[in-house]
Parts: sequence; structure tokens; C-alpha cells
Amino acid sequence: MTEALTELGAYIEAKRPDCVIGWDISHDELNVDVAPANIRGFVEFLKSDPTCRFSSLIDITAVDYPERAKRFDVVYHFLSMYQNQRIRLRVSVREDEMVASVVDVHPSANWFEREVFDMFGIMFTGHPDLRRLLTDYGFRGYPLRKDFPTTGYTEMRYDEEQKRVVYEPVSLVQEYRQFDFMSPWEGAQYVLPGDEKQEAK
Amino acid sequence: MDGSKGFEDALTGEQKIRNFNINFGPQHPAAHGVLRLVLELDGEIVERCDPHIGLLHRGTEKLMESRTYLQNLPYFDRLDYVAPMNQEHAWCLAIEKLTGTVVPRRGSLIRVLFSEIGRILNHLLNVTTQAMDVGALTPPLWGFEEREKLMIFYERACGARLHANYFRPGGVHQDLPPELLADIEEWCGEFPKVLDDIDGLLTENRIFKQRNCDIGVISEQEILDWGYSGVMVRGSGLAWDLRRAQPYECYDEFEFQVPVGKNGDCYDRYLCRMEEMRQSVSIILQAIEKLRAPEGQGDVLARGKVTPPKRGDMKTSMEALIHHFKLYTEGFHVPEGEVYTAVEAPKGEFGVYLVADGSNKPYRAKIRAPGYLHLQSMDHVAKGHQLADVAAIIGTMDVVFGEIDR
Repeated sequence: MTEALTELGAYIEAKRPDCVIGWDISHDELNVDVAPANIRGFVEFLKSDPTCRFSSLIDITAVDYPERAKRFDVVYHFLSMYQNQRIRLRVSVREDEMVASVVDVHPSANWFEREVFDMFGIMFTGHPDLRRLLTDYGFRGYPLRKDFPTTGYTEMRYDEEQKRVVYEPVSLVQEYRQFDFMSPWEGAQYVLPGDEKQEAK
Repeated sequence: MDGSKGFEDALTGEQKIRNFNINFGPQHPAAHGVLRLVLELDGEIVERCDPHIGLLHRGTEKLMESRTYLQNLPYFDRLDYVAPMNQEHAWCLAIEKLTGTVVPRRGSLIRVLFSEIGRILNHLLNVTTQAMDVGALTPPLWGFEEREKLMIFYERACGARLHANYFRPGGVHQDLPPELLADIEEWCGEFPKVLDDIDGLLTENRIFKQRNCDIGVISEQEILDWGYSGVMVRGSGLAWDLRRAQPYECYDEFEFQVPVGKNGDCYDRYLCRMEEMRQSVSIILQAIEKLRAPEGQGDVLARGKVTPPKRGDMKTSMEALIHHFKLYTEGFHVPEGEVYTAVEAPKGEFGVYLVADGSNKPYRAKIRAPGYLHLQSMDHVAKGHQLADVAAIIGTMDVVFGEIDR
């Protein structure tokens, strides 16, 4: 399995050196880092090349790394039902950068890109209909970004007096519980209460 | 809607007709959940179909980022609530792949057994309610009776009828009693008769065939373009089944056939699902036999960091007690890395993309639901069909909103 993937990775790199920044195999899966500018052409190549034939789009998603300069990783998964192989493409983009849409290569990318836009705020150029998909009508913010609170900013309830649904800012009765379960003896970074004086000595 | 106001051709007597926009759902019984379709109709012909989803969006992926790996497991029951354990399976496989846990044989066999029960649960619901969408009332009544029996098996295995939380990283939560195996075996003997009854009711039924044959025809190119999986692929003649193509768990030692259709229409998909249920029954019987064999005995969990210690050990060993406490508070740490694992869920390829950062919580988990892609192509498939066929197509696509909206 791994040899076949190594062969495939080397083949792809040799064929499209302009697109492939790097590739590796981990956990028996082939990862390819792709330059953002070339993603559309590369996906088309993977689809049409007879050795690859990655003709089924499995998934498009993103991962947010707020500490990186190129904040988002857009991750594509493809499957070849003919070669029985899978591949993962990673594209790193800055927050203000746009990614080329692959909808005209894989029509199934439509909702995936809408979802990524909805959840992360990454724009896709050339997408026919980049609307929000999963969140509420009129929703603001990008929920899956790491700086978005799990509780969100607005809450909704039915108001008996006004006889309609009203939106209000979230009011928490108690603070949102984020337990820190990390072992105090396994490299904890914080200072336990009472230990400050120990530090001063 | 009204041609009366403006245009009327005196010569032909024709009126100018405007397309009709209607809202299908979100509370329509044939929408299989909370689906809202905005349909543009020309007479009774669907011109455009815009699905609005997200009415059941619970933010599962966001919630998962602030919970430990074990706490996240029950969320998977709530995705596709028609066949809960198949979803848990993908999550467990992802964690096992990253941590390098090897599932003991008995645990693996029990997983196969319950995955197949899940498949029957799903197909029973799908086949019979799809029949209801096209006008038959009896099949769901018969089908739900069998579903009830299967859910009792769920309950006897793990204590919950629906939200099982039974598959755990490293195996399954607890062992099955021998009486349960005997009862499942007995049920496997009776169930084919019920299938024959449903078969006799639907397969050659004139109305059922009129409503399903040549409706929603899918070609091989469309399968690739729209990323179909599961029965949507097999109904069109491609024998693609992850259990066969990329075997996970111990599916490679089971004998089963992969049924394929010829025409790729709703009727062929119905036939595929019926045959898959029969194949599942045969897999269940094989699994029971293997579970009774001497090689099938032993522990159901890989004892280690990711699984709790045995109850008996906790009474005598301090380490086991500490381990138990730490496991259920802090949880276990998963080494850094990213994996994608997929299982052949009843609806198609259900996958989990897991990014771990070495802590006790997933950094990012993406759930890839088969129904999401199927529903996406609704506009493409339903275009040119009659309004009444939309219900048949939604039924055959096997959409459940728990997994689509996440």
C-alpha cells in the first residue's frame, strides 16, 4: 500500500512540479501540499490523468491555525474508484486570500465550498453561488474559526408578548465551563494558586 | 400563476403562463426531516430545485473541539440517527489509526455484527418510507415492527435503544451475553420471511413500479461528478463497496455479495437495498458463528491508555483506579497528526477527517456525510421530473438531516 502511494506521490511531483510544494505519506495516506495559485489546474490534472483518475471529490474543508501567517489550510480529499486510491491536498492561504473554485471541474464542490465560506469566511473565486449554507438566515461571523466562541454572539427565543421570534445578544447565566483537565505533573504551564510566592523567592 | 391579466392570444386562445414557485417543507412528511426545497414549477414539471438546509444545524464540529475524544463519541449517534453505530465506527477507527490501537478479535466481530444490524435498520426505514412516499401505507408498519426488534438488540447490548455510545476506541464497551447472540440468530431466521412479505407487496406492484422505474436515473459520469457513494453508486451498476474495496475491521474474512443495479433508477436502488438486507443477515449469521468459535473468545477492548481498566482490577489496583479517573476526566491524548477514515455506512461513504494536536481534544474534526452530496445534486436529478417524483427522489437518496446539517 505504502509503496504504491510513494510511487504515486513521486509521479505526481514529477508531472506537476509547479503545483506540488511538498508531499509526504503518513498513516498510509498521501498528503500533497499545493500552491494556492495552481489548485484548479492541479485538481483537473488529478481528475484526467490516467494514472491518477481521482475523479470523485470526497470532501473539502478547512482548518484554522490562528498563530500562522497563512492562517487557513484548505483541505481537499479525493478518491479514485478506478485505482482504489485516496489523496489529500492541502492549500495554505492567508485570511485575505482567495482560493480558486473547483466547481467547474467537480460540480459536487459547490456545497463544500459554500460550507467552507460559511464556517471560515474563505472566499472562492469563480464559485457560481457563494451564499451561506448551514447557518441561520442573516447569520454573522464565521463559527468554525478558533476565535469564535462556542456559544456564539446571538441567541433566539420566542417572545410571547410580541408573538414572534426575537434575536438577542447571548446572556450566560453562568460562565461557560471550560475545564482544564491537564495533569499538574505533566508539563502544566500555569502557576497554581498559592505558588506565586514560591516563584518570587 | 395567473395568465388572466396581461396576455391573451386571440388567434390560438393561448395564455401566457408564469412559472410557479412553491415551498416544499420544512415540515413536509415526505421531506424526511427538516428539508426546505424551493421549487420552481412549470405546470407540474420541476424547472429548478433549491434545497435550503441547515435547519437542524447544531454545530457538532465546533462543539467537538472543546470536548475530549470520548465525550465526542455520543455526538456521532446523533448524526445519522437511523443507524447510529455505523457513525461511531468511523470515529473509533480514526482514533485507533492515530493512536495505533489494535482492536481485539471479539471486539472487531461485535462491531461487524452491529454495523450490519445498523444497515438493516437503515434500509428497512428507507425502503418502507420511500414506499410510503409513493403511496403504500403497509410497508412502514411491517418494517417498523422489525426495527423495533433490532432496537431491542441495541438496548440489550448497550442499554440504549438509539443513542448507543457502544463502540469505543479500542473495541466495544461491553461483551454480549450468549442469550443475546441466540436471540439475534433466531431473529435472522425469521426476518427473511418479513423481507419476502415486503418484497411481495412492492417488487411487482404496478403502482410502485410506475412511480419508481425510470425516475431519478443516475449515470456513471453523474456518480463521479456529484461524488455519490453507497447504494447511489451500486444502483447504477458500479460494484463499489468500501467493505470490499478498502476493507476495514475484519470485513475481509466475511463472505457477502455486492448487489448492483442495471438502470440506475429509483427502482433498482430499491432492489439493491432489499438484497443488501439479505446479505447483511448472512454477515450477521457468520459473525455470530465466529463469535462462538474459540478464536472469537476473549476481551472486547484493547486494554491500554485509551480504554478503561477492568472493574475487577479497580477493586484491587490503585493504578487502575487512577487510570479510570484520569480517563474519564482528562481523557486520553492522541498523538499529533491527521487522518481520514471512512466506513461504508448504510447511506454511503461516511468519513471523519480528524486533525489532532497531541492534546486530549480534537483540534478539528470534519464529518463527511454521504447524504450531503446526495442532496446537493437534487437540482440536477429532479430537473424535468414531475412534482410528485420529487418525493420519490428524496426517498431514494436516503437523506437524514442529522448527518447533513450536523
